[in-house]
Amino acid sequence: MTVTPLERAEQRKAWGFALPALVWTTAFFLFPFAYMAAISLWTRSGGKIVATWTLDNYAAFFGKSHLLKALLNSLEVTAIVTVISILLAYPLAWIIAERVPKRWQRMALIMAILPFWTSYVVRSYSWLLVLSKGGVVNQTLIWAGLVAEPLQLSASRTGTVIGFVHFFVMLLTLTIYANLVQLSPNYRRAAADLGASGLQTFRHVILPLTLPGIMVGAFLTFVLCIGDYITPQILGGNNELLLPQVIMLQLGRRADFPMAAALSLVLMAVVTLAYLFCARWLKMERT
Amino acid sequence: MPRQLQTAFAILYAGVLYGFIFLPVVVLVLFSFQDGTLPVPPLHGLTLHWYGEIFADRKLMAALGNSLLVAVISSAVACLLGFLAAYAFARYRLPASNLQRALIVAPMTVSTLIIALGLLSVFSRLDIQLSLWTVGAGHVVINLPLCFAIIYASMGAHQINIERAARDLGARDWQVMLLVTAPMLMPSILAAFFLSVTFSWDEFIIAFLLSRFDVTLPVEIWSMLRSGLDPKTNAIGSVVFLMSVVLLFMLELIVLRKSGKPS
Repeated sequence: MTVTPLERAEQRKAWGFALPALVWTTAFFLFPFAYMAAISLWTRSGGKIVATWTLDNYAAFFGKSHLLKALLNSLEVTAIVTVISILLAYPLAWIIAERVPKRWQRMALIMAILPFWTSYVVRSYSWLLVLSKGGVVNQTLIWAGLVAEPLQLSASRTGTVIGFVHFFVMLLTLTIYANLVQLSPNYRRAAADLGASGLQTFRHVILPLTLPGIMVGAFLTFVLCIGDYITPQILGGNNELLLPQVIMLQLGRRADFPMAAALSLVLMAVVTLAYLFCARWLKMERT
Repeated sequence: MPRQLQTAFAILYAGVLYGFIFLPVVVLVLFSFQDGTLPVPPLHGLTLHWYGEIFADRKLMAALGNSLLVAVISSAVACLLGFLAAYAFARYRLPASNLQRALIVAPMTVSTLIIALGLLSVFSRLDIQLSLWTVGAGHVVINLPLCFAIIYASMGAHQINIERAARDLGARDWQVMLLVTAPMLMPSILAAFFLSVTFSWDEFIIAFLLSRFDVTLPVEIWSMLRSGLDPKTNAIGSVVFLMSVVLLFMLELIVLRKSGKPS
């Protein structure tokens, strides 16, 4: 294909339009990311970063049990949160899609995700009010005579999980609802005509058809949950640390950039693995 | 199960879950009016004292102003860059455009902690002082993919003919873009803008790692948390929540107007 001068002039114009965004992303995202990847292979001595290439940081990650433990904690908490959130959100999405009259559905959905739009910090603080020793839940339980001593809800893994589940129930309700309303009622009618019971219809027809929505939500849950620092920091207490907390610790107290960078890349590798695992369903959603 | 029982069960379930979803927000707002120093039950009485406190708090108000400033400016920049790039990719053929588009949306797939850490290492290496500008630069990075994706998705083929007509009538390139394309895409540009403002307004990690003396509101609230439970934190938290909801409803109104269906 020959390029005429006119086309060349047009193309130059197009570059002019695209360039600011490309330059910005390269300068403030791609380059910093590459630099961080390089740093993760360097070391620190005497408080300064030294550019000698080594895999020490990664070796330390797999060698030091408290670092590896942080990743395992993160994976555990994320898995628990993802499963509970799906189990809670699915019925809610179903009720909004099937039982709420059409004209109220949009409102019902907006209400279901309204607190989604508070910042992480404020949301976690609100849960602290609810879950702390003198908080609403404990005072109610004691007042009702169900427990004698306040339960350890905040400053524990329970606190972290509740805080996370709250956020992700909203997110998953949204993705599953979006999937449910797309389903044609004909599927259910056909299944009923063929003699399937309500439960059979759900298990063999509705559930497989909504799997893409569940997987998209589960993937988002995984990514956002495993990378979050605020929720565990405010609600989780000091007994166990999650990976983002450990990363922030490297930055704060020890100013160990190489180690923080290496841990971040481990975090990113885990997310990439999750993406590869979910890619099949994520693609289906796009069509 | 008989249908009525099913409905009763559905109402019960939805009620419990809505209760769970709203519990922390209700507690937050309710105890921001607490007439006492602890924002936990029992509720001693209602007062606006704590709201007076926060509006008299110079540091807090400065942080609120900073947050608005960073949110509006970084979102405007993200929208502008996103719009220009969307225009380039929708209206012209560029080599390797798939790869370039992938580069622009890439930050969306990476956690903000990693983006913040990368920027922090580069800034400290180049001896760039951390300030609201560095926070803003980071917020543009996370909002640009969003703005680009929203605006690019709304640039359909049907607008091309109108742009051509404008060009035939003698409009220059910048006139076409500014007076024809941008107004046609205004709903999605505004949607992208308000969504960006919401994200930037609420963002913590980048704002925390990339700021020094002047901080944004979430960072200031974070430092207030060190003093434990405090009705003052409730009050400012309620204000933050209210502003997010206002932004959300503005977005909803604009999106509704675009799709043109009352629901």
